[in-house]
Amino acid sequence: MSREAILTAIRRGLRRGALPADQAAMLRGRLAQHPRQLIPARSRLPHPQQVELFVRNVEKEFGTVARVASAAEVPVAVADYLAAQNLPSELVMAPHSELQAIPWAERPMLSIRQGRAEATDAVAVQHAFAGIAETGTLMFPSAPERPTTLNVLADTAIAVLRTSRLVGAYEEAWDLLRAELGGMPRNVMLVTGPSRSADIEQTLELGAHGPRRLHVVLVDDAG
Amino acid sequence: MHVPTSAAFKQNAHAAIDDPGLQKALARSGPSFIARRAAAAAALPEFEELRNTARDIKNHTLAHLDFYLETYAANVEKAGGTVHWCADAEAAREAVLKICQAAGARTVTKGKSMISEEIAVNDHLEKHGITPVETDLGEYIIQLRHELPSHIIAPAFHLNLEDWEEAFRKSHTDLPADRVFAERRDILTEARTKLRARFLAADVGITGANFLIAETGTSVIVTNEGNGDLTQTLPRVHIVLASIEKVVPTLEDCTSLLRVLARSATGQDMSVYTTFSTGPRRDADLDGPAEYHVVLVDNGRSAMIGTEFQDMLRCIRCAACMNHCPVYGAVGGHAYGWVYPGPMGSVLTPALIGVDQAGLLPNASTFCGKCESVCPVKIPLPGLMRHWREREFERHLTPATQRRNLGLWAWFARRPSLYRMATRAAAFALGVAGRKRGRFARMPFAGGWTQGRDLPAPEGDTFFARYAQAQRDGTLR
Repeated sequence: MSREAILTAIRRGLRRGALPADQAAMLRGRLAQHPRQLIPARSRLPHPQQVELFVRNVEKEFGTVARVASAAEVPVAVADYLAAQNLPSELVMAPHSELQAIPWAERPMLSIRQGRAEATDAVAVQHAFAGIAETGTLMFPSAPERPTTLNVLADTAIAVLRTSRLVGAYEEAWDLLRAELGGMPRNVMLVTGPSRSADIEQTLELGAHGPRRLHVVLVDDAG
Repeated sequence: MHVPTSAAFKQNAHAAIDDPGLQKALARSGPSFIARRAAAAAALPEFEELRNTARDIKNHTLAHLDFYLETYAANVEKAGGTVHWCADAEAAREAVLKICQAAGARTVTKGKSMISEEIAVNDHLEKHGITPVETDLGEYIIQLRHELPSHIIAPAFHLNLEDWEEAFRKSHTDLPADRVFAERRDILTEARTKLRARFLAADVGITGANFLIAETGTSVIVTNEGNGDLTQTLPRVHIVLASIEKVVPTLEDCTSLLRVLARSATGQDMSVYTTFSTGPRRDADLDGPAEYHVVLVDNGRSAMIGTEFQDMLRCIRCAACMNHCPVYGAVGGHAYGWVYPGPMGSVLTPALIGVDQAGLLPNASTFCGKCESVCPVKIPLPGLMRHWREREFERHLTPATQRRNLGLWAWFARRPSLYRMATRAAAFALGVAGRKRGRFARMPFAGGWTQGRDLPAPEGDTFFARYAQAQRDGTLR
């Protein structure tokens, strides 16, 4: 059987048999503790400066950010963004309770469907689980209320993120995920800016297969 | 099938140097990779220390590879996925084909994967009536042109805009012949439209993996285009093709490696899409594949463990070594004759296809050491190439003239005073002759060597003489 053949060949190279029980227990302990390695100091900042670092990094990676004072202002921010970009006001939205609680009806011009994205959807509004200041990265764990297709299929991706969900380093986002979701969801996407390719003459062009635009609506709830 | 032409490296290199299109592409793109990596590394004060961390994580994993692979496989299965252990390329091709056939697949979309090139899975699928479609932009044109990638992260490194236009006009015959390609964006838009239809129609999606995480049974892909995510999200079946050395223990370990990967590769702080996949679609999910398979490939890796080449298994395929290599910069990737070019290819290829086939590759190095100095996991690439040269010499695979010249050199080297006198005289003569221009464009008996490069003229005395002088002057530091 290939599995045994491969493992045997590895052990032969390592000049030992299967790992002794005490060593295996030690490694299992390391997995359970998942120790952090060196974390760059750049994101070790007071929270307001982490928010600023996040915004700077999203913009550096060709994303855009709109900061609003409360969830009630999200519909205006979304409608204004779509109008400014000359985009249709039809969108598909994640069926997430936080997004559902937003008073969308106050902007009746926005036509909203809830669910996963289909090929015909031009604009998607997604719920961001966390933001990572270190590189301006959004974290989207998949769930029935946060379908993966909303991250990649539409031409324009809009993410709604609360500032209280903004952390400094990736490791802090993993801790949030472990604590709140209990284990790995089927899919976790870390997204840093809109889709791009440099395959043609090593020159950067935005909008390869994923979204051409990434817009973050940052809701200030951190106090 | 990709028949390796590594044994013809010399002829390949000559052809490459005489290829104006390739030389244009190399001159355009080479320096920008170097500058972007340097800027990204300089912007992160911990970067050098992170390289040590990355090396240590990989070394720890390789020392316990059997344990981490078993843990990884158990966790994939716990999440509802299937692991197919494959000892060699043939077994891996067969495993992929069987999964595709069981899914009744007609079209298969593919994310960029070097292991897929290594095992030549596309040809195998085509032979059995299944159409593989490469969706990474660079891989897409390579497939249209029936070529191998010339670079491990920029497959179409060797191509110019006119090559793209030509391939697209030839292949997309359903589009108006009089359409205009004014700029790169027009190429990108046409590819996006063409491939969007493929993404939606595919029955199976095949991706590679940058990392496998033992802790969670997760496969990780890193892309900028988003093609990998469409490939693994839309079809009913997702196949992950990964070699055994991709495994790392935890999410934290993977995160540390990600911090050096994009910076070393493209000079980005982070690639656009870093995606962690764990098993198939969960019960109430609205999207994602119903089946999740991992084809876990050995194909020569386990035989490197416990040898001097074990260090090579730390490689995270960032391409920094080839981006900084003067030999790659002069001849491009295709001259290396198989899947992996540049310094990492010169070490890995002989291990995978044999030193008798690929023995010229570790010789195609000036040992300038640039590759090792930028490697994010600190693989001693020149040292490993030297090991291959020794093995080649031991097995009498080195050409007779080379062995004779080495013998001549050894005769001199064993007679230090004679050696010093001869080198001093040569340095003096060359220094006088080349004083004006500082270099020689032509040398007697070395026309082949100077055709593609200049020999710098010695500036004065030999190292030995200068060292001795400095010792006498007391200026030695």
